[in-house]
Amino acid sequence: MLTIDHISKTFHPGTVNEKRALDHVCLTLHDGDFATIVGSNGAGKSTLFGAIAGSFYPDEGFLELDGQDITFVREHNRSKYIGRLFQDPLMGTAPHMTIEENLAIAYLRASAHTSFISRISARDRAFFREQLALLGMGLEDRMKNPVGLLSGGQRQALTLLMATMVTPKILLLDEHTAALDPATAVKVLDLTKRIVAERHITCLMVTHNMNQALELGSRTLMMDAGRIVFDVSGEERRGMCVDDLLERFAASSGAAFNNDRILLSTETGE
Amino acid sequence: MFLTAGIIQTALETGLIYGLVALSLFISFTILNVCDLSTDGCYTLGCAVGALVTLSGHPVLAVFASIAAGVLSGFITGILQTTFRVQSILAGIIVNTGLYTVNLAVMGFKSNIAIFGTPTVFSLWKGLSDGAFWQEWSALILLLLLAALLVLVLHFFLGTRLGLSIRATGDSSPMVRASSINPGFMIVVGLCISGGLTGLAGSLIGQYNKMSDINLGTGMVTIALASLIIGQTFSNRSIHMLWKLVSVLIGSMLYRFIISLALRLNVPTEAFKLVSALIVAVAIAAPQLRALLSIQRKRSAELRARAQRKGK
Repeated sequence: MLTIDHISKTFHPGTVNEKRALDHVCLTLHDGDFATIVGSNGAGKSTLFGAIAGSFYPDEGFLELDGQDITFVREHNRSKYIGRLFQDPLMGTAPHMTIEENLAIAYLRASAHTSFISRISARDRAFFREQLALLGMGLEDRMKNPVGLLSGGQRQALTLLMATMVTPKILLLDEHTAALDPATAVKVLDLTKRIVAERHITCLMVTHNMNQALELGSRTLMMDAGRIVFDVSGEERRGMCVDDLLERFAASSGAAFNNDRILLSTETGE
Repeated sequence: MFLTAGIIQTALETGLIYGLVALSLFISFTILNVCDLSTDGCYTLGCAVGALVTLSGHPVLAVFASIAAGVLSGFITGILQTTFRVQSILAGIIVNTGLYTVNLAVMGFKSNIAIFGTPTVFSLWKGLSDGAFWQEWSALILLLLLAALLVLVLHFFLGTRLGLSIRATGDSSPMVRASSINPGFMIVVGLCISGGLTGLAGSLIGQYNKMSDINLGTGMVTIALASLIIGQTFSNRSIHMLWKLVSVLIGSMLYRFIISLALRLNVPTEAFKLVSALIVAVAIAAPQLRALLSIQRKRSAELRARAQRKGK
Protein backbone atom coordinates (compact mmCIF):
# COMPACT_ATOMS: atom_id res chain seq x y z
CA MET A 1 0.00 0.00 0.00
CA LEU A 2 1.31 3.42 -0.97
CA THR A 3 0.26 6.43 1.08
CA ILE A 4 1.06 9.93 -0.12
CA ASP A 5 0.25 12.49 2.53
CA HIS A 6 0.15 16.19 1.68
CA ILE A 7 3.19 16.18 -0.56
CA SER A 8 4.23 19.58 -1.91
CA LYS A 9 7.10 20.54 -4.15
CA THR A 10 8.04 23.97 -5.51
CA PHE A 11 10.74 24.23 -8.13
CA HIS A 12 13.00 27.30 -8.29
CA PRO A 13 11.47 28.92 -5.19
CA GLY A 14 11.93 32.65 -4.85
CA THR A 15 12.69 33.23 -8.54
CA VAL A 16 10.56 34.33 -11.47
CA ASN A 17 10.51 30.71 -12.57
CA GLU A 18 8.92 29.59 -9.32
CA LYS A 19 6.62 26.68 -10.05
CA ARG A 20 4.46 24.88 -7.54
CA ALA A 21 4.54 21.46 -9.18
CA LEU A 22 2.84 19.54 -6.39
CA ASP A 23 0.34 21.17 -4.07
CA HIS A 24 -0.58 19.09 -1.02
CA VAL A 25 -1.18 15.92 -2.98
CA CYS A 26 -2.83 13.12 -1.03
CA LEU A 27 -3.28 9.65 -2.48
CA THR A 28 -3.68 6.15 -1.14
CA LEU A 29 -3.05 3.22 -3.45
CA HIS A 30 -4.13 -0.18 -2.16
CA ASP A 31 -2.36 -3.40 -3.06
CA GLY A 32 -3.28 -4.46 -6.57
CA ASP A 33 -4.71 -1.06 -7.53
CA PHE A 34 -4.05 -0.09 -11.13
CA ALA A 35 -4.63 3.64 -11.43
CA THR A 36 -4.28 5.74 -14.57
CA ILE A 37 -3.42 9.43 -14.33
CA VAL A 38 -4.46 12.07 -16.85
CA GLY A 39 -3.87 15.80 -16.84
CA SER A 40 -2.66 18.69 -18.96
CA ASN A 41 0.99 19.41 -19.54
CA GLY A 42 2.55 20.73 -16.37
CA ALA A 43 -0.19 19.35 -14.16
CA GLY A 44 2.39 17.56 -12.01
CA LYS A 45 2.01 13.97 -13.21
CA SER A 46 5.69 13.33 -13.82
CA THR A 47 6.63 15.33 -10.73
CA LEU A 48 4.39 13.04 -8.70
CA PHE A 49 6.28 10.07 -10.13
CA GLY A 50 9.56 11.76 -9.33
CA ALA A 51 8.43 12.23 -5.73
CA ILE A 52 7.40 8.58 -5.42
CA ALA A 53 10.59 7.30 -7.06
CA GLY A 54 12.76 9.66 -4.99
CA SER A 55 14.28 11.80 -7.76
CA PHE A 56 13.91 14.66 -5.27
CA TYR A 57 12.70 15.07 -1.71
CA PRO A 58 9.38 16.84 -1.19
CA ASP A 59 9.23 20.23 0.54
CA GLU A 60 6.38 19.07 2.73
CA GLY A 61 4.48 15.90 3.48
CA PHE A 62 5.47 12.28 3.64
CA LEU A 63 5.41 9.05 1.69
CA GLU A 64 4.78 5.61 3.09
CA LEU A 65 5.12 2.31 1.27
CA ASP A 66 3.82 -0.81 3.01
CA GLY A 67 3.92 0.95 6.35
CA GLN A 68 7.50 2.09 5.92
CA ASP A 69 8.29 5.80 5.78
CA ILE A 70 10.23 6.36 2.55
CA THR A 71 10.08 10.16 2.40
CA PHE A 72 13.84 10.51 2.74
CA VAL A 73 14.98 7.13 1.45
CA ARG A 74 17.44 7.74 -1.39
CA GLU A 75 16.41 7.03 -4.96
CA HIS A 76 18.65 4.04 -5.56
CA ASN A 77 17.52 2.43 -2.32
CA ARG A 78 13.87 2.94 -3.20
CA SER A 79 14.24 1.44 -6.63
CA LYS A 80 14.72 -1.94 -4.97
CA TYR A 81 10.95 -2.09 -4.68
CA ILE A 82 9.77 0.57 -7.14
CA GLY A 83 9.81 -0.30 -10.83
CA ARG A 84 9.85 2.60 -13.26
CA LEU A 85 9.39 3.03 -17.01
CA PHE A 86 10.07 6.28 -18.81
CA GLN A 87 8.49 7.67 -21.95
CA ASP A 88 11.84 7.59 -23.72
CA PRO A 89 12.50 3.91 -24.52
CA LEU A 90 16.24 4.63 -24.62
CA MET A 91 16.39 5.61 -20.95
CA GLY A 92 15.61 2.30 -19.32
CA THR A 93 18.43 0.19 -20.74
CA ALA A 94 22.19 0.42 -21.24
CA PRO A 95 22.79 0.45 -25.04
CA HIS A 96 26.36 -0.81 -25.11
CA MET A 97 25.69 -3.78 -22.91
CA THR A 98 24.09 -7.02 -24.02
CA ILE A 99 20.48 -8.01 -23.30
CA GLU A 100 21.77 -10.60 -20.88
CA GLU A 101 23.92 -8.07 -19.02
CA ASN A 102 21.05 -5.60 -18.77
CA LEU A 103 18.82 -8.27 -17.29
CA ALA A 104 21.55 -9.27 -14.85
CA ILE A 105 21.68 -5.71 -13.53
CA ALA A 106 17.92 -5.61 -12.99
CA TYR A 107 18.13 -8.99 -11.33
CA LEU A 108 20.46 -7.46 -8.72
CA ARG A 109 17.41 -6.30 -6.84
CA ALA A 110 16.45 -9.82 -5.89
CA SER A 111 19.87 -11.12 -5.37
CA ALA A 112 20.39 -10.29 -1.74
CA HIS A 113 21.72 -13.82 -1.45
CA THR A 114 24.37 -13.42 -4.16
CA SER A 115 27.50 -11.38 -3.57
CA PHE A 116 28.58 -8.40 -5.65
CA ILE A 117 31.29 -10.43 -7.34
CA SER A 118 29.00 -13.22 -8.53
CA ARG A 119 28.68 -13.54 -12.29
CA ILE A 120 25.81 -14.53 -14.56
CA SER A 121 25.37 -18.26 -13.95
CA ALA A 122 23.92 -20.85 -16.30
CA ARG A 123 20.82 -20.91 -14.13
CA ASP A 124 20.39 -17.12 -14.38
CA ARG A 125 20.81 -17.40 -18.13
CA ALA A 126 18.11 -20.05 -18.37
CA PHE A 127 15.82 -17.89 -16.26
CA PHE A 128 16.48 -14.82 -18.46
CA ARG A 129 15.76 -16.90 -21.56
CA GLU A 130 12.49 -18.07 -20.16
CA GLN A 131 11.48 -14.53 -19.19
CA LEU A 132 12.47 -13.09 -22.59
CA ALA A 133 10.48 -15.78 -24.37
CA LEU A 134 7.36 -14.51 -22.58
CA LEU A 135 7.73 -11.19 -24.43
CA GLY A 136 7.19 -13.02 -27.72
CA MET A 137 9.71 -10.86 -29.58
CA GLY A 138 12.38 -13.44 -30.24
CA LEU A 139 14.79 -11.65 -27.89
CA GLU A 140 15.65 -14.94 -26.16
CA ASP A 141 17.82 -15.83 -29.16
CA ARG A 142 19.65 -12.50 -29.11
CA MET A 143 20.83 -12.44 -25.53
CA LYS A 144 24.43 -11.66 -26.52
CA ASN A 145 23.42 -8.70 -28.69
CA PRO A 146 23.96 -5.14 -27.44
CA VAL A 147 20.66 -3.52 -26.49
CA GLY A 148 21.49 -0.55 -28.73
CA LEU A 149 20.64 -2.73 -31.73
CA LEU A 150 17.04 -3.26 -30.62
CA SER A 151 14.08 -1.17 -31.73
CA GLY A 152 12.37 1.27 -29.36
CA GLY A 153 9.50 -1.14 -28.78
CA GLN A 154 11.82 -4.03 -28.03
CA ARG A 155 13.81 -1.85 -25.66
CA GLN A 156 10.67 -0.73 -23.87
CA ALA A 157 9.48 -4.35 -23.56
CA LEU A 158 12.89 -5.25 -22.17
CA THR A 159 12.70 -2.36 -19.70
CA LEU A 160 9.27 -3.58 -18.62
CA LEU A 161 10.69 -7.04 -18.06
CA MET A 162 13.62 -5.57 -16.10
CA ALA A 163 11.30 -3.50 -13.93
CA THR A 164 9.06 -6.45 -13.11
CA MET A 165 11.41 -9.42 -13.14
CA VAL A 166 11.57 -9.04 -9.40
CA THR A 167 7.98 -8.13 -8.54
CA PRO A 168 8.06 -4.49 -7.40
CA LYS A 169 5.81 -3.16 -4.66
CA ILE A 170 4.73 -0.48 -7.07
CA LEU A 171 5.21 0.05 -10.79
CA LEU A 172 5.36 3.58 -12.24
CA LEU A 173 4.60 3.87 -15.95
CA ASP A 174 5.24 7.37 -17.30
CA GLU A 175 3.56 7.32 -20.73
CA HIS A 176 5.71 4.36 -21.54
CA THR A 177 4.04 3.67 -24.89
CA ALA A 178 3.74 7.27 -26.10
CA ALA A 179 6.97 7.26 -28.10
CA LEU A 180 6.26 3.96 -29.86
CA ASP A 181 4.51 3.40 -33.17
CA PRO A 182 0.83 2.40 -32.77
CA ALA A 183 1.26 -1.34 -33.40
CA THR A 184 4.23 -1.63 -31.05
CA ALA A 185 2.44 0.51 -28.47
CA VAL A 186 -0.46 -1.94 -28.44
CA LYS A 187 1.94 -4.83 -28.03
CA VAL A 188 3.83 -3.23 -25.14
CA LEU A 189 0.54 -2.23 -23.52
CA ASP A 190 -0.79 -5.80 -23.79
CA LEU A 191 2.40 -7.06 -22.18
CA THR A 192 2.01 -4.49 -19.43
CA LYS A 193 -1.58 -5.51 -18.77
CA ARG A 194 -0.66 -9.18 -18.68
CA ILE A 195 2.33 -8.78 -16.37
CA VAL A 196 0.51 -6.43 -14.02
CA ALA A 197 -2.52 -8.74 -13.82
CA GLU A 198 -0.49 -11.96 -13.44
CA ARG A 199 1.67 -10.62 -10.65
CA HIS A 200 -1.02 -8.50 -9.06
CA ILE A 201 1.29 -5.47 -9.18
CA THR A 202 0.19 -2.14 -7.76
CA CYS A 203 0.54 0.24 -10.66
CA LEU A 204 0.36 3.95 -11.51
CA MET A 205 0.27 4.90 -15.17
CA VAL A 206 0.39 8.32 -16.79
CA THR A 207 -1.40 8.42 -20.12
CA HIS A 208 -2.53 11.00 -22.61
CA ASN A 209 -5.13 8.73 -24.06
CA MET A 210 -8.51 9.37 -22.41
CA ASN A 211 -9.99 6.07 -23.56
CA GLN A 212 -7.01 4.25 -22.16
CA ALA A 213 -7.39 6.17 -18.92
CA LEU A 214 -10.90 4.79 -18.47
CA GLU A 215 -10.39 1.32 -19.92
CA LEU A 216 -7.17 0.31 -18.24
CA GLY A 217 -6.91 -0.57 -14.59
CA SER A 218 -9.36 -0.01 -11.81
CA ARG A 219 -9.09 3.66 -11.02
CA THR A 220 -8.63 6.99 -12.82
CA LEU A 221 -7.00 10.08 -11.38
CA MET A 222 -6.96 13.52 -12.93
CA MET A 223 -4.37 16.12 -12.04
CA ASP A 224 -4.34 19.86 -12.50
CA ALA A 225 -2.00 22.55 -11.20
CA GLY A 226 -0.23 20.16 -8.86
CA ARG A 227 -3.37 18.73 -7.31
CA ILE A 228 -5.41 15.59 -7.82
CA VAL A 229 -8.72 17.13 -8.86
CA PHE A 230 -10.62 14.02 -9.62
CA ASP A 231 -10.42 10.41 -8.44
CA VAL A 232 -12.89 7.84 -9.69
CA SER A 233 -13.16 4.07 -9.40
CA GLY A 234 -15.64 1.22 -9.19
CA GLU A 235 -19.22 1.55 -10.43
CA GLU A 236 -19.04 5.27 -11.14
CA ARG A 237 -15.95 4.77 -13.35
CA ARG A 238 -17.52 1.94 -15.32
CA GLY A 239 -20.38 4.22 -16.33
CA MET A 240 -18.12 7.03 -17.55
CA CYS A 241 -17.22 8.00 -21.06
CA VAL A 242 -14.53 10.35 -22.31
CA ASP A 243 -16.89 13.33 -22.50
CA ASP A 244 -17.88 12.84 -18.87
CA LEU A 245 -14.22 12.90 -17.95
CA LEU A 246 -13.62 16.13 -19.87
CA GLU A 247 -16.66 17.68 -18.28
CA ARG A 248 -15.49 16.71 -14.83
CA PHE A 249 -12.16 18.26 -15.62
CA ALA A 250 -13.72 21.58 -16.63
CA ALA A 251 -15.83 21.54 -13.49
CA SER A 252 -12.94 20.87 -11.13
CA SER A 253 -10.34 23.11 -12.65
CA GLY A 254 -12.58 25.89 -13.92
CA ALA A 255 -10.99 25.69 -17.36
CA ALA A 256 -11.27 23.61 -20.49
CA PHE A 257 -8.79 20.88 -21.13
CA ASN A 258 -5.83 22.43 -22.86
CA ASN A 259 -3.97 19.49 -24.23
CA ASP A 260 -4.09 18.85 -27.96
CA ARG A 261 -2.70 15.39 -27.62
CA ILE A 262 -5.46 14.36 -25.27
CA LEU A 263 -8.17 15.93 -27.38
CA LEU A 264 -6.78 14.27 -30.48
CA SER A 265 -6.57 10.92 -28.79
CA THR A 266 -10.24 11.15 -27.78
CA GLU A 267 -11.20 11.54 -31.41
CA THR A 268 -9.15 8.70 -32.81
CA GLY A 269 -10.36 6.54 -29.93
CA GLU A 270 -7.56 4.05 -30.08
CA MET B 1 68.51 -2.68 -39.78
CA PHE B 2 66.06 0.13 -39.24
CA LEU B 3 64.36 -1.42 -36.23
CA THR B 4 66.69 -3.47 -34.08
CA ALA B 5 65.52 -6.21 -31.74
CA GLY B 6 66.52 -3.97 -28.87
CA ILE B 7 64.20 -1.20 -30.02
CA ILE B 8 61.30 -3.60 -30.49
CA GLN B 9 61.96 -5.10 -27.08
CA THR B 10 61.99 -1.72 -25.37
CA ALA B 11 58.86 -0.67 -27.23
CA LEU B 12 57.06 -3.82 -26.05
CA GLU B 13 58.26 -3.45 -22.47
CA THR B 14 57.44 0.22 -22.05
CA GLY B 15 54.29 -0.32 -24.14
CA LEU B 16 53.06 -2.85 -21.62
CA ILE B 17 53.80 -0.54 -18.68
CA TYR B 18 52.11 2.45 -20.33
CA GLY B 19 49.38 0.04 -21.38
CA LEU B 20 48.36 -0.22 -17.73
CA VAL B 21 47.71 3.54 -17.70
CA ALA B 22 45.74 3.10 -20.93
CA LEU B 23 43.72 0.38 -19.19
CA SER B 24 43.14 2.78 -16.34
CA LEU B 25 41.77 5.34 -18.80
CA PHE B 26 39.74 2.61 -20.46
CA ILE B 27 37.92 2.23 -17.15
CA SER B 28 37.47 5.92 -16.36
CA PHE B 29 37.11 7.38 -19.85
CA THR B 30 35.47 4.60 -21.87
CA ILE B 31 33.54 2.61 -19.32
CA LEU B 32 32.56 5.22 -16.74
CA ASN B 33 32.41 8.03 -19.30
CA VAL B 34 34.23 10.28 -16.85
CA CYS B 35 37.10 12.63 -17.72
CA ASP B 36 39.70 11.90 -15.07
CA LEU B 37 42.67 14.22 -15.49
CA SER B 38 44.42 13.18 -12.30
CA THR B 39 46.35 10.54 -14.27
CA ASP B 40 49.56 12.60 -14.55
CA GLY B 41 49.87 13.16 -10.81
CA CYS B 42 48.68 9.70 -9.91
CA TYR B 43 51.31 8.13 -12.17
CA THR B 44 54.08 10.18 -10.59
CA LEU B 45 52.68 9.32 -7.17
CA GLY B 46 52.95 5.61 -7.98
CA CYS B 47 56.51 6.13 -9.13
CA ALA B 48 57.53 8.20 -6.10
CA VAL B 49 55.94 5.87 -3.57
CA GLY B 50 57.41 2.89 -5.44
CA ALA B 51 60.91 4.37 -5.42
CA LEU B 52 60.68 5.26 -1.74
CA VAL B 53 59.49 1.82 -0.65
CA THR B 54 61.98 0.09 -2.96
CA LEU B 55 64.77 2.01 -1.23
CA SER B 56 63.54 1.59 2.32
CA GLY B 57 61.61 -1.68 2.09
CA HIS B 58 61.22 -4.25 -0.62
CA PRO B 59 60.52 -3.80 -4.35
CA VAL B 60 57.51 -6.16 -4.27
CA LEU B 61 56.12 -4.30 -1.28
CA ALA B 62 56.73 -1.11 -3.30
CA VAL B 63 54.41 -2.37 -6.05
CA PHE B 64 51.58 -2.90 -3.59
CA ALA B 65 52.27 0.41 -1.84
CA SER B 66 52.03 2.21 -5.20
CA ILE B 67 48.75 0.49 -6.01
CA ALA B 68 47.39 1.55 -2.62
CA ALA B 69 48.54 5.14 -3.20
CA GLY B 70 46.87 5.13 -6.62
CA VAL B 71 43.64 3.76 -5.20
CA LEU B 72 43.66 6.50 -2.57
CA SER B 73 44.19 9.15 -5.24
CA GLY B 74 41.33 7.71 -7.30
CA PHE B 75 39.16 7.58 -4.20
CA ILE B 76 39.68 11.29 -3.51
CA THR B 77 38.92 12.20 -7.15
CA GLY B 78 35.81 10.01 -6.96
CA ILE B 79 34.53 11.48 -3.70
CA LEU B 80 35.03 15.02 -5.06
CA GLN B 81 33.00 14.12 -8.14
CA THR B 82 30.17 12.29 -6.43
CA THR B 83 29.66 13.41 -2.84
CA PHE B 84 30.75 17.00 -3.44
CA ARG B 85 29.47 17.24 -7.02
CA VAL B 86 32.67 18.79 -8.40
CA GLN B 87 32.71 18.52 -12.19
CA SER B 88 34.76 15.52 -13.23
CA ILE B 89 37.36 17.47 -15.22
CA LEU B 90 37.77 19.96 -12.38
CA ALA B 91 38.02 17.21 -9.75
CA GLY B 92 40.85 15.62 -11.71
CA ILE B 93 42.69 18.90 -12.12
CA ILE B 94 42.35 19.71 -8.41
CA VAL B 95 43.72 16.33 -7.38
CA ASN B 96 46.45 16.55 -9.99
CA THR B 97 47.58 19.93 -8.69
CA GLY B 98 47.54 18.77 -5.08
CA LEU B 99 49.45 15.64 -5.95
CA TYR B 100 52.39 17.68 -7.24
CA THR B 101 53.20 18.78 -3.69
CA VAL B 102 52.37 15.36 -2.28
CA ASN B 103 54.75 13.75 -4.78
CA LEU B 104 57.53 16.21 -3.88
CA ALA B 105 56.94 15.45 -0.20
CA VAL B 106 57.08 11.70 -0.82
CA MET B 107 60.46 12.18 -2.52
CA GLY B 108 61.71 14.21 0.44
CA PHE B 109 61.27 17.56 -1.40
CA LYS B 110 63.75 16.61 -4.08
CA SER B 111 62.75 16.75 -7.72
CA ASN B 112 64.11 13.25 -8.36
CA ILE B 113 65.46 10.20 -6.58
CA ALA B 114 67.54 7.41 -8.05
CA ILE B 115 67.26 3.78 -6.96
CA PHE B 116 70.43 2.50 -8.60
CA GLY B 117 72.11 -0.32 -6.75
CA THR B 118 68.96 -1.52 -5.01
CA PRO B 119 67.15 -4.63 -6.21
CA THR B 120 63.95 -4.04 -8.20
CA VAL B 121 61.19 -6.45 -9.18
CA PHE B 122 62.91 -6.70 -12.55
CA SER B 123 66.35 -7.51 -11.12
CA LEU B 124 64.89 -10.02 -8.66
CA TRP B 125 62.97 -11.73 -11.47
CA LYS B 126 66.01 -11.69 -13.74
CA GLY B 127 68.05 -13.34 -11.00
CA LEU B 128 65.84 -16.42 -11.10
CA SER B 129 67.93 -17.94 -13.89
CA ASP B 130 71.34 -17.45 -15.46
CA GLY B 131 70.38 -18.50 -18.98
CA ALA B 132 71.25 -16.06 -21.75
CA PHE B 133 67.69 -16.04 -23.06
CA TRP B 134 66.28 -15.34 -19.61
CA GLN B 135 68.78 -12.55 -18.99
CA GLU B 136 67.71 -10.91 -22.22
CA TRP B 137 63.92 -11.32 -22.10
CA SER B 138 62.99 -11.71 -18.42
CA ALA B 139 61.61 -8.18 -18.06
CA LEU B 140 59.34 -8.59 -21.07
CA ILE B 141 58.13 -11.98 -19.81
CA LEU B 142 57.40 -10.55 -16.38
CA LEU B 143 55.45 -7.65 -17.89
CA LEU B 144 53.57 -9.93 -20.29
CA LEU B 145 52.57 -12.23 -17.43
CA LEU B 146 51.50 -9.29 -15.31
CA ALA B 147 49.51 -7.67 -18.14
CA ALA B 148 47.83 -10.99 -18.99
CA LEU B 149 46.93 -11.51 -15.34
CA LEU B 150 45.51 -8.00 -15.04
CA VAL B 151 43.50 -8.32 -18.25
CA LEU B 152 42.02 -11.62 -17.07
CA VAL B 153 41.20 -10.23 -13.64
CA LEU B 154 39.61 -7.11 -15.17
CA HIS B 155 37.65 -9.24 -17.63
CA PHE B 156 36.35 -11.39 -14.80
CA PHE B 157 35.54 -8.35 -12.70
CA LEU B 158 33.65 -6.50 -15.45
CA GLY B 159 31.37 -9.50 -15.80
CA THR B 160 30.47 -9.60 -12.11
CA ARG B 161 27.41 -7.87 -10.73
CA LEU B 162 29.59 -5.02 -9.43
CA GLY B 163 31.46 -4.75 -12.74
CA LEU B 164 28.22 -4.76 -14.73
CA SER B 165 26.84 -2.02 -12.48
CA ILE B 166 29.96 0.09 -13.08
CA ARG B 167 29.58 -0.37 -16.84
CA ALA B 168 25.90 0.51 -16.73
CA THR B 169 26.69 3.66 -14.73
CA GLY B 170 28.73 4.99 -17.65
CA ASP B 171 26.25 3.77 -20.22
CA SER B 172 22.84 4.87 -18.96
CA SER B 173 22.47 6.72 -15.69
CA PRO B 174 18.63 6.84 -15.57
CA MET B 175 18.59 3.08 -15.97
CA VAL B 176 21.07 2.68 -13.17
CA ARG B 177 19.06 4.79 -10.77
CA ALA B 178 15.94 2.81 -11.65
CA SER B 179 17.82 -0.40 -10.93
CA SER B 180 18.73 0.30 -7.31
CA ILE B 181 22.37 0.95 -8.10
CA ASN B 182 24.06 3.92 -6.45
CA PRO B 183 25.84 5.63 -9.36
CA GLY B 184 28.08 7.64 -7.01
CA PHE B 185 29.39 4.51 -5.36
CA MET B 186 30.06 2.92 -8.76
CA ILE B 187 32.03 5.96 -9.95
CA VAL B 188 34.15 5.90 -6.80
CA VAL B 189 34.86 2.17 -7.12
CA GLY B 190 35.69 2.58 -10.81
CA LEU B 191 38.05 5.48 -10.17
CA CYS B 192 39.76 3.55 -7.36
CA ILE B 193 40.48 0.69 -9.75
CA SER B 194 41.61 3.14 -12.39
CA GLY B 195 43.88 4.93 -9.90
CA GLY B 196 45.30 1.61 -8.70
CA LEU B 197 46.27 0.67 -12.25
CA THR B 198 47.94 4.04 -12.83
CA GLY B 199 49.81 3.75 -9.52
CA LEU B 200 50.99 0.27 -10.48
CA ALA B 201 52.25 1.54 -13.85
CA GLY B 202 54.11 4.35 -12.05
CA SER B 203 55.75 1.91 -9.68
CA LEU B 204 56.85 -0.34 -12.54
CA ILE B 205 58.26 2.48 -14.66
CA GLY B 206 60.19 3.77 -11.62
CA GLN B 207 61.74 0.36 -11.02
CA TYR B 208 62.29 -0.12 -14.75
CA ASN B 209 64.16 3.18 -15.14
CA LYS B 210 65.61 2.96 -11.62
CA MET B 211 64.59 6.51 -10.85
CA SER B 212 61.67 8.73 -10.01
CA ASP B 213 61.22 12.26 -11.27
CA ILE B 214 58.63 14.86 -10.34
CA ASN B 215 57.91 15.61 -14.01
CA LEU B 216 57.65 11.98 -15.03
CA GLY B 217 53.89 12.06 -15.37
CA THR B 218 53.54 15.27 -17.34
CA GLY B 219 51.50 14.58 -20.45
CA MET B 220 50.84 10.99 -19.37
CA VAL B 221 47.11 11.40 -19.85
CA THR B 222 47.64 12.35 -23.50
CA ILE B 223 49.95 9.41 -24.11
CA ALA B 224 47.54 6.98 -22.47
CA LEU B 225 44.64 8.48 -24.39
CA ALA B 226 46.58 8.08 -27.63
CA SER B 227 47.23 4.41 -26.80
CA LEU B 228 43.59 3.90 -25.85
CA ILE B 229 42.31 5.45 -29.07
CA ILE B 230 44.76 3.56 -31.27
CA GLY B 231 43.77 0.37 -29.48
CA GLN B 232 40.07 1.02 -29.81
CA THR B 233 40.31 1.26 -33.58
CA PHE B 234 40.87 -2.53 -33.45
CA SER B 235 37.93 -3.31 -31.21
CA ASN B 236 35.37 -0.71 -32.27
CA ARG B 237 32.88 -3.21 -33.56
CA SER B 238 33.56 -5.95 -31.07
CA ILE B 239 31.35 -6.63 -28.09
CA HIS B 240 33.85 -8.94 -26.47
CA MET B 241 35.26 -7.32 -23.36
CA LEU B 242 38.38 -9.49 -23.37
CA TRP B 243 39.33 -8.32 -26.86
CA LYS B 244 38.59 -4.72 -25.93
CA LEU B 245 41.00 -4.97 -22.98
CA VAL B 246 43.72 -6.67 -25.02
CA SER B 247 43.38 -4.13 -27.82
CA VAL B 248 44.10 -1.33 -25.35
CA LEU B 249 47.45 -2.96 -24.56
CA ILE B 250 48.15 -3.50 -28.25
CA GLY B 251 47.39 0.17 -28.87
CA SER B 252 49.89 1.14 -26.21
CA MET B 253 52.62 -1.04 -27.69
CA LEU B 254 51.89 0.32 -31.17
CA TYR B 255 52.18 3.82 -29.77
CA ARG B 256 55.62 2.99 -28.40
CA PHE B 257 56.59 1.67 -31.84
CA ILE B 258 55.58 4.94 -33.40
CA ILE B 259 57.69 6.74 -30.82
CA SER B 260 60.63 4.39 -31.52
CA LEU B 261 60.29 5.16 -35.22
CA ALA B 262 60.34 8.86 -34.41
CA LEU B 263 63.51 8.22 -32.41
CA ARG B 264 65.11 6.44 -35.35
CA LEU B 265 64.16 9.35 -37.57
CA ASN B 266 66.14 11.57 -35.20
CA VAL B 267 63.15 13.50 -33.92
CA PRO B 268 64.56 15.35 -30.89
CA THR B 269 63.37 14.09 -27.50
CA GLU B 270 62.03 17.55 -26.71
CA ALA B 271 59.51 17.17 -29.54
CA PHE B 272 57.98 13.97 -28.18
CA LYS B 273 55.07 15.61 -26.43
CA LEU B 274 54.19 17.35 -29.68
CA VAL B 275 54.40 14.03 -31.50
CA SER B 276 52.05 12.45 -28.91
CA ALA B 277 49.62 15.33 -29.20
CA LEU B 278 49.66 15.00 -32.99
CA ILE B 279 49.07 11.26 -32.83
CA VAL B 280 46.06 11.73 -30.54
CA ALA B 281 44.61 14.46 -32.70
CA VAL B 282 45.10 12.44 -35.90
CA ALA B 283 43.74 9.24 -34.35
CA ILE B 284 40.58 10.99 -33.17
CA ALA B 285 40.14 13.05 -36.31
CA ALA B 286 40.86 10.27 -38.81
CA PRO B 287 37.37 8.71 -39.03
CA GLN B 288 35.76 12.14 -39.46
CA LEU B 289 38.37 13.11 -42.03
CA ARG B 290 37.63 9.94 -43.96
CA ALA B 291 33.90 10.71 -43.87
CA LEU B 292 34.49 14.25 -45.13
CA LEU B 293 36.70 12.97 -47.95
CA SER B 294 34.13 10.41 -49.02
CA ILE B 295 31.39 13.08 -49.11
CA GLN B 296 33.69 15.22 -51.20
CA ARG B 297 34.36 12.36 -53.57
CA LYS B 298 30.66 11.59 -53.92
CA ARG B 299 29.95 15.23 -54.60
CA SER B 300 32.54 15.60 -57.34
CA ALA B 301 31.38 12.32 -58.93
CA GLU B 302 27.81 13.62 -58.88
CA LEU B 303 28.90 16.93 -60.40
CA ARG B 304 30.79 15.14 -63.16
CA ALA B 305 27.78 12.95 -63.92
CA ARG B 306 25.55 16.01 -64.08
CA ALA B 307 27.97 17.78 -66.42
CA GLN B 308 27.98 14.73 -68.66
CA ARG B 309 24.18 14.63 -68.79
CA LYS B 310 24.13 18.30 -69.70
CA GLY B 311 26.75 17.71 -72.41
CA LYS B 312 24.41 15.23 -74.06
